[in-house]
Amino acid sequence: MSLDTVENAAKTPDVELPWAELGLKKDEYERVVEILGRRPTGAELAMYSVMWSEHCSYKSSKVHLRQFGEKAPQSDAMLVGIGENAGVVDVGQGYAVTFKVESHNHPSYVEPYQGAATGVGGIVRDIIAMGARPVAVVDPLRFGAADHPDTKRVLPGVVAGIGGYGNCLGLPNIGGEVVFDSCYQGNPLVNAGAIGVMRHEDIHLAKASGTGNKVIMYGARTGGDGIGGASILASETFDDAKPSKRPAVQVGDPFQEKLLIECTLEAFAEKLVVGIQDLGAAGISCATSELASNGSGGMRVDLDDVPLRDSTLSPEEILMSESQERMCAVVEPSKVERFLEICAKWDVIATVIGEVTDGDRLEIFWHGEKIVDVDPRTVAHEGPVYERPLARPDWQDALQADDAGKLARPANAAELKEQVLALVGSPNQASKKWITQQYDHFVQGNTVLAQPEDSGMIRIDDTSGLGVAIATDGNGRYAKLDPYTGAQLALAEAYRNVATTGAKPLAVSDCLNFGSPEDPAVMWQFAEAIRGLADGCQQLGTPVTGGNVSLYNQTGEAAIHPTPVVAVLGVIDDVARRTPVAFQEDGQLLYLLGDTREEFGGSAWSQVIHDHLGGLPPKVDLERERLLAEILISASRDGMIDAAHDLSDGGLIQAVVESALLGGKGARLVVPDGLDAFTFLFSESAGRAVVSVPRSEELRFTDMCGARGLPVTRIGVVDGDAVDVQGEFALSLDELREAHEAVLPGLFG
Amino acid sequence: MTARIGVVTFPGSLDDRDTQRAIRLAGAEPVALWHKDKDLKQVDAVVLPGGFSYGDYLRAGAISRFSPVMETLIDQAKAGLPVLGICNGFQVLTEAHLLPGAMLGNDHLHFICRDQKLRVENAETAWTSDYVGGQEIHIPLKNMDGRYVADERTLDMLEAEGRVAFRYLDRNPNGSLRDIAGITNAAGNVVGLMPHPEHAVEPLIGTGRTDGLPFFTSILKKLVAAS
Repeated sequence: MSLDTVENAAKTPDVELPWAELGLKKDEYERVVEILGRRPTGAELAMYSVMWSEHCSYKSSKVHLRQFGEKAPQSDAMLVGIGENAGVVDVGQGYAVTFKVESHNHPSYVEPYQGAATGVGGIVRDIIAMGARPVAVVDPLRFGAADHPDTKRVLPGVVAGIGGYGNCLGLPNIGGEVVFDSCYQGNPLVNAGAIGVMRHEDIHLAKASGTGNKVIMYGARTGGDGIGGASILASETFDDAKPSKRPAVQVGDPFQEKLLIECTLEAFAEKLVVGIQDLGAAGISCATSELASNGSGGMRVDLDDVPLRDSTLSPEEILMSESQERMCAVVEPSKVERFLEICAKWDVIATVIGEVTDGDRLEIFWHGEKIVDVDPRTVAHEGPVYERPLARPDWQDALQADDAGKLARPANAAELKEQVLALVGSPNQASKKWITQQYDHFVQGNTVLAQPEDSGMIRIDDTSGLGVAIATDGNGRYAKLDPYTGAQLALAEAYRNVATTGAKPLAVSDCLNFGSPEDPAVMWQFAEAIRGLADGCQQLGTPVTGGNVSLYNQTGEAAIHPTPVVAVLGVIDDVARRTPVAFQEDGQLLYLLGDTREEFGGSAWSQVIHDHLGGLPPKVDLERERLLAEILISASRDGMIDAAHDLSDGGLIQAVVESALLGGKGARLVVPDGLDAFTFLFSESAGRAVVSVPRSEELRFTDMCGARGLPVTRIGVVDGDAVDVQGEFALSLDELREAHEAVLPGLFG
Repeated sequence: MTARIGVVTFPGSLDDRDTQRAIRLAGAEPVALWHKDKDLKQVDAVVLPGGFSYGDYLRAGAISRFSPVMETLIDQAKAGLPVLGICNGFQVLTEAHLLPGAMLGNDHLHFICRDQKLRVENAETAWTSDYVGGQEIHIPLKNMDGRYVADERTLDMLEAEGRVAFRYLDRNPNGSLRDIAGITNAAGNVVGLMPHPEHAVEPLIGTGRTDGLPFFTSILKKLVAAS
């Protein structure tokens, strides 16, 4: 086919274009024709189709996501909010921190290693594009059943991909979670988060302004990998009947990305950059249209100047390619030479591909002919918006009525002991060391805490000890029972995890993983979860700074559990005051903070012992969460506690076993008055933590809790080499360690 | 005066800044060296840091070994300049034939990151004199290609000459022959090891131990004494 120019398109209105194959719906295509006043060229169609895909346009989620802005709490910390590559938060002393979580779910199922690797690459480029040096990554992961044969294909590949890419970039991996559930069998979730640090004055935005400024593409050459990945992969459900989608998954080169980081930061340091955008989903289509759309002028691009890996690529393919490790910068003409010098120093290919114009059009040329002439806003920001129908699923009532309280409980101490061992040795509650030891958590020399700590913590100033903490959480089982509460529980847990280590929660990012938006039941779950999260953030005073939506996590009729993964970022004035999970010293007193109720809906116990999911998730009391956090932060700062662990899935016994094994010190526990041993050990009531208090601090600590009205119960003492629940059972640390640590090596090693 | 210790940055070096910090914490002055620059800036010693120089493409350390900076470094190391190679730096030193043997992929085929127990076998080198021979220390280990191999004759020679500087204890993390974690050249000025002493220099950071600091105080004392 000869080149489809703008001129040609105007003259040949009746040419049939493959809009359906590119993922556009009929009415969407008609809208493109209406916007342009003619049929689109092939290149324009390529751009609209990828930019209007679910993945890039948020067309199904936009109407709900608005709540994060509308309900945003007043926060002085917020420097850059939703809509940029990543949100930016003020953490004091002139430092700003940017963080974000994104999904790379679909590619990671198709090709686990590369899918996961490029997920890390993409989120890290988002961080660089804000002007920040990336300082850490985290990876919330969900897989199918641990013993399913396909999990053996997916998990090792995903873990090796995350490690292979992140380790090579020199980014410590400090957090995240790993959860197994058969609902993720055909739709594993691979979310990737990253944190970056910069000085306030170094914040950069994705906009092209200043007529005559040059648009420079730098990084890897453009190839045929990942073409249409965004529109085809992330915006459709998997279907066995369709041909293999492997070619749509991108291939990563972490070495190239490491060079990209260093040369970008050097260019920032010399103030050479007016605007910057990374090339991720939708590649050049996205970068040029977003840069132009956010800026004041138009843009002219010569596609012939884009360095190619494959010279046979058509202009449409170049526009859609999702080749990794590419960035686009807008640079003043007088600074172009220096910019190119820095790129050359790092052996990074850099080419001027266009310039900012004074019009309001994005014009793209190929062999001298104009093949794109659009208003960039219509591509980047004015895509379709859907108010999808939503309906509370007809099974929701029956699910909630199936109360976990009715399940058979252990009849005697021997059964209780057996169930404790079963729980700490279940894949979800077991040690994740086999996975996390494949990630570098030492590099950069600033890691204060890393998994399995409650939150990852990074020092950002050597002199003052200023640090940031991050935790990610998201319990799909809770969210399935009640998406509104489930989302709030995810928020509450991440918030609590940050506070447990001694950091003050500041802001939220999220990665919302759901099934197909075309299913009203899924849309209801989605809407409820967002409403819950937005309400929760408002109440806790932690604004959502950005995030990501991943829909179509569904195979046939079976959607995943609604899985809103929430990341909470916190700040700590001096990392020397941090509190670890591990028990430190024999003789320290163990206190349980918060109220314990008979709450087993969605619990680890109901899953492991009864393979049951029903009833209601634990109640949420965000005021209580806030109080608990304040107490934990004060206690850390003032040295009143030397270990702390939040209580969540698996309940108190899980937390105590983890603290004991990490510290190599046992505990004697006494069941408090008013509670039975089973509820004491396994309840998953929210708003709780267990802390270890030196005897010298006991009075000061309990007085503080009493004065602030936080329930505090003495439950035992750090001691010996067993976890001994007095009057019930004792399990030696060796026995517990064997049960807890042998699981994953046994399955995947 | 204090000693000036160079840290080479290759494309893909990752622990260069951490190593500079460790040098500073030990009381010496870190000097950044660039791989394309033959000039060693008259430093008193050089550290080749960890990372994935050139992405470990081809073979770990195989491309860096041909960097301009290495031309000067190889000559000066042979003339006695103290050089420490950590992880990828160790790989570069073997590729450059400043140290014998080679590094292959870990026997379990995974990247491994852990706190590793070691025994200091030779406390006489330029980089280990602040340890006591036989001392047991914990140093973080993190690598993909950490399996030290050499032919039997070389291994016997290293043992006989006391040139095995560090040995893995408790568990060999990668299948290294004779549990070798680090070695030295005959003169004791060139030392290479897979674990990362620069990650064990501050009580709060990483594993919270400072067992790696003596690497940097050893060289500092030696250099200051010589000046």
